[in-house]
Amino acid sequence: MHEMSLAEGIVQLVEDAAHADGCTRVKAVWLEIGQLAAVEKEALRFCFDAVTRDGIVEGARLEIVETAGQAWCSKCECNVVVTALYEACPICGNYQIQVTGGNEMRVKEFEVE
Amino acid sequence: MCTTCGCGTGQTLIGGYALKQRKASGGQVQYRVPEHSAHAHGQDSIDFGSGPAGAHAPDLTQTRMVKIERDILSKNDGYAKENRDHFAAHGIFALNLVSSPGSGKTTLLVKSISALNGSVPLVVIEGDQQTDNDAARIRATGAPALQINTGKGCHLDAHMVGQAMQQLGLQDDSLLLIENVGNLVCPASFDLGEAHKVAILSVTEGEDKPFKYPDMFRASDLMLLNKCDLLPYLEFDADLAVENARKVNPNIQVIRISATSGEGMNEWLEWIRVGCEKAVKEKACDE
Repeated sequence: MHEMSLAEGIVQLVEDAAHADGCTRVKAVWLEIGQLAAVEKEALRFCFDAVTRDGIVEGARLEIVETAGQAWCSKCECNVVVTALYEACPICGNYQIQVTGGNEMRVKEFEVE
Repeated sequence: MCTTCGCGTGQTLIGGYALKQRKASGGQVQYRVPEHSAHAHGQDSIDFGSGPAGAHAPDLTQTRMVKIERDILSKNDGYAKENRDHFAAHGIFALNLVSSPGSGKTTLLVKSISALNGSVPLVVIEGDQQTDNDAARIRATGAPALQINTGKGCHLDAHMVGQAMQQLGLQDDSLLLIENVGNLVCPASFDLGEAHKVAILSVTEGEDKPFKYPDMFRASDLMLLNKCDLLPYLEFDADLAVENARKVNPNIQVIRISATSGEGMNEWLEWIRVGCEKAVKEKACDE
């Protein structure tokens, strides 16, 4: 999708926090990306490398923690695991499900020198 | 520039002028010590002291973890909230129209503006990578319109819209129509502060579009199935398209419409009027 904008957002968040803290070098960045967040991880890595150039995040390792897609099925009245937004409940086949997790895109933390 | 979708902010123009600098983000910063710094100290080690990480073995670099726990889109969401607060305080009903290129968004807007015939004060923000063509088409109806050129960018973001709002000077109790960049992917994630995203799917596309681009149809509250006057000439199954959209988003409303024949226009205009009235009423309640 728009991995370059996301990568820019990540680097901005990290750089702002790093500057506020007075650190000069970021060694690694940890992200939490949900399976339903429609983020292409490889494209994000590519963009991350491109937008970190010439900054304090240059050369930093990008660690992506993937979280599973979760939804609440109103028919089964339980949480189910889904891998795509258009999926039916894996138990009853009903489409009336509410996604409850796995669409997050967060910068968790980063490692500095 | 992004090789995936062409995103980038360097070439964004609003009404032909460059986008202003964004402000820095605030937010709490917390720390935790990285796991490998919890090394046992050798007997010979000299403690070079207490770096900020508390990693005090001489051979270890003083790395530490900075915990920020921020949503990647938090900056955009902050700007979107500013826009939404402004709309709420001034009774403005804002719609974000999203679709693939060529679904007939601009024609639908032109026809809708003519049909509303000045009954609601309205302005239009047009988003395209390049050219002022769409804004010019809107202005020809007599409605004020501002073009945002996103350059290499593939979507509007809340900061661009906020600046465009300032330039346009929105009236109280008015309607704001934002025509996003023709793209069924990226605009889904970028909240602009609108009351609703309206997805436009034309019958010259495929019935499976909601499955191919589920994020957009999930994010939208209304789907306009456009160009319905062409249905007799196509093998498009309109019922299947609606069914597919509802599989992705059980709550999505659907209006079958044709900007050319006028089919469904009344229902769509009524939907807009109800939204405008609600925005005005809610403003009055807050006062």
